[in-house]
Amino acid sequence: MSIRRQLRRPLFVASGAIAASLALAGCVANNAGGGSALTVDITDDTCTVSESTATAGAVTFTLTNSGSDTNEFEILAEDKLRIVGEKENVTPKQNVSYTLHLEPGIYYTACKFQLVGAPIGLAKFTVTGDSVKADDDEQKLIDEAVTNYVSYVKSQTGELVPAVKNFVDAYVAGNDAQARELFASTRVFYERIEPTAEAFGDLDPKIDYREVDAVAEGLDWTGFHRIEKDLWPPAAGELNSDGTSALLDWAPSTPAERAAFGKGLIDDVDQLYTLVYAKKFTVSLADISNGAIGLLDEVATGKISGEEDWWSHTDLTDFAANVQGAEVAFGNVHDLVKSKGATGTKLATKIQKEFDALNALLAKYGSIETGFTPYDEITDAQRKELSDQVNSLAEPLSKLTSTVLGL
Amino acid sequence: MSDESESRLSRRGLLGLAGAGAAGLALGASGGAAIATSAEAAGTSGAAESYPFFGRHQSGITTATQDRLHFAAFDLDASSTRQDLRELLSDWSYAASRLTQGLEVTEDGAVGGSPLAPPDDTGEALGLPAAGLTITFGFGPTLFTDDSGVDRFGLADRRPAALAPLPRFSGDALRPESSGGDLCIQACADDPQVAVHAIRNLSRIAFGRAAIRWSQLGFGRTSSTSTSQTTPRNLFGFKDGTANIKAEETKDVAEFVWVADGDGPAWMTDGSYLVARKVRMVIESWDRTRLEEQQRVIGREKGEGAPLSGGTEFTEPNFTKPDDDGSPRIATDAHIRLSHPKANNGARMLRRGYNYVDGNDELGRLDAGLFFLSFQRDPEQFITVQRSLAGHDALNEYIKHVGSAIFAVPPGARRGGSIGDGLFS
Repeated sequence: MSIRRQLRRPLFVASGAIAASLALAGCVANNAGGGSALTVDITDDTCTVSESTATAGAVTFTLTNSGSDTNEFEILAEDKLRIVGEKENVTPKQNVSYTLHLEPGIYYTACKFQLVGAPIGLAKFTVTGDSVKADDDEQKLIDEAVTNYVSYVKSQTGELVPAVKNFVDAYVAGNDAQARELFASTRVFYERIEPTAEAFGDLDPKIDYREVDAVAEGLDWTGFHRIEKDLWPPAAGELNSDGTSALLDWAPSTPAERAAFGKGLIDDVDQLYTLVYAKKFTVSLADISNGAIGLLDEVATGKISGEEDWWSHTDLTDFAANVQGAEVAFGNVHDLVKSKGATGTKLATKIQKEFDALNALLAKYGSIETGFTPYDEITDAQRKELSDQVNSLAEPLSKLTSTVLGL
Repeated sequence: MSDESESRLSRRGLLGLAGAGAAGLALGASGGAAIATSAEAAGTSGAAESYPFFGRHQSGITTATQDRLHFAAFDLDASSTRQDLRELLSDWSYAASRLTQGLEVTEDGAVGGSPLAPPDDTGEALGLPAAGLTITFGFGPTLFTDDSGVDRFGLADRRPAALAPLPRFSGDALRPESSGGDLCIQACADDPQVAVHAIRNLSRIAFGRAAIRWSQLGFGRTSSTSTSQTTPRNLFGFKDGTANIKAEETKDVAEFVWVADGDGPAWMTDGSYLVARKVRMVIESWDRTRLEEQQRVIGREKGEGAPLSGGTEFTEPNFTKPDDDGSPRIATDAHIRLSHPKANNGARMLRRGYNYVDGNDELGRLDAGLFFLSFQRDPEQFITVQRSLAGHDALNEYIKHVGSAIFAVPPGARRGGSIGDGLFS
């Protein structure tokens, strides 16, 4: 690595033009020996990259938006979730170049029309060749981690907004079967970034409070779980998670109430979108690593006991989304952890091993895409196995922040 | 690799401190306070303020029974390897060597580490003395071959023949959730907070390698293991453990407690076998039983604890002495008759059980009883006595065995070594 660095500097100076464009894109420079130059044709519903492979190092994409509105280009990690890099606000007719550093591996490219909704034109993108270690200047690693995690929070919120709209439309229209179908998949975008939403104080209680908590805190009970109980109405004699009668102070919502609860959820999610897309929105490094453990705590307290989705029993979907969110947060600080000597490398390896084990265990019960076994069908022994694995992951993960910050 | 050398370093550090006899100095004010007070620790068990962790035998067996217990059985995770098991035993031994001396689980402890990291030590024992804490480790049969016959850790051929699941006994009502386990830890101390602190921190160390299968708190000792201790009472209100093996009876300890050379695999020499039985008492029925009947069932007087054949507490029972109608004074189904060595080919064992109350059951009855623990050279000693009791003991009307486990308790760790080193060598 030291040899590489010595080699790089003179080359770096010599290619002043490249260096300037890299600095503008806010990306990491590397040796001029690797890397590739590619074009991306963007329309409202396509996202075509000229090649599906590139050589490790600086990869430059020349973006052309021939569509009708603002678009965004994203490079996603192999999990199709973690954002490795993105170029936002590519306006119609604009031709702009975007460079980033890519290590060998599998990636996905995609665009995001109007910067919201699901990725469009998701395509596999393979980077080959030898690892070209990026400049290991720590601040750059930190900036990258923050930039990428903020991008991730934005992307999930961007997908949450239209998903909630669809879900609420079905609910308000009384199309309960369709709304039940959409409930778990809509929540995924929220559950992946829950600690961020929680950071905005009163938003999470409005969006995601369970009935027993809202009642205990004297809040109006709104949001996903209010709607959930309408969609999976309790039979006479059924109990809330705290043992009170399910019918205590509760009745199925009237159409007018449904409209009000639906609009409330849309408004609250829109507000979340506004907050995370605000220019000043950012997160600290500790927010990212603490967010990862926060998501695991969500799993350990709410999902393992089946109290989160008391009526729909879709807890495992929330569980998996929390785990994905935690893994993305971990992925964003991964290089930084590994830069912390043998302790960091060992911790990173351990955490990844436990994530893999937890994902493998969850996969026995389904997937976010195809749905999971209802949680009331998960036996106590299976719950203990899940709980044990959450503990196995949470223990090393709880050391992430101090290791990342080197304190 | 580097982590290994780090842990070796800290272990050396610990030993150096212990050797200097001034362990508090390097540990900051809180650690120092813990050491300073430990000299005054005086539990009612008559236990010493602290016991060594390293030695020929593990502590917590012939050690004068402390007042409180926290016992935990663990299962190794499905993904755990032989290497994970070795590292776990090494980490546990290191932590136990500190905790038993009244130290925090690591040098950083509860408040000395990074403010951004969870503390290494959970902290509830800060400022408390060692309180006679002993930590005793055991290996269950499933560590060697699991229930489906799989040799998970390459240990099947090292399993002592004596370490087999206990046979079923008449009247057993065992629950899987309080039975069995790959590993066990018995933590005994004169302060319940100290015992719980030990199990809590050791189970935290195990996350990712092993998890608690079941655990049991015991609030009062029901046995004496030293002639210096008075005989305590169990929840039936009777003195328990009068005829127990005492540490001072060195001949019987050698004959009935410690595994000797040639008994089985060499790695078990100087170890013992531990049987744990959770015995639920039907307290409410017992309490409505007339005194005369209670004494008949046990075979002793309730007040003094003397056998019904006469004398005082430590008078040897006379099982043939008749009463006025010619029937034996100690009934043929009395508990002390059926459990006596004379009825069991001379078999004795070292009992170390505790009273427990786990709140109440759904009917509002006290969920209470005896958490029976016995150490013996060969599990056959327990099996013989239990066969004699099960199905015959008059006491069976008032008890129900709801949990059961057996563990091989290896010898003590050499200074700087780990529990179970011999198993892997």
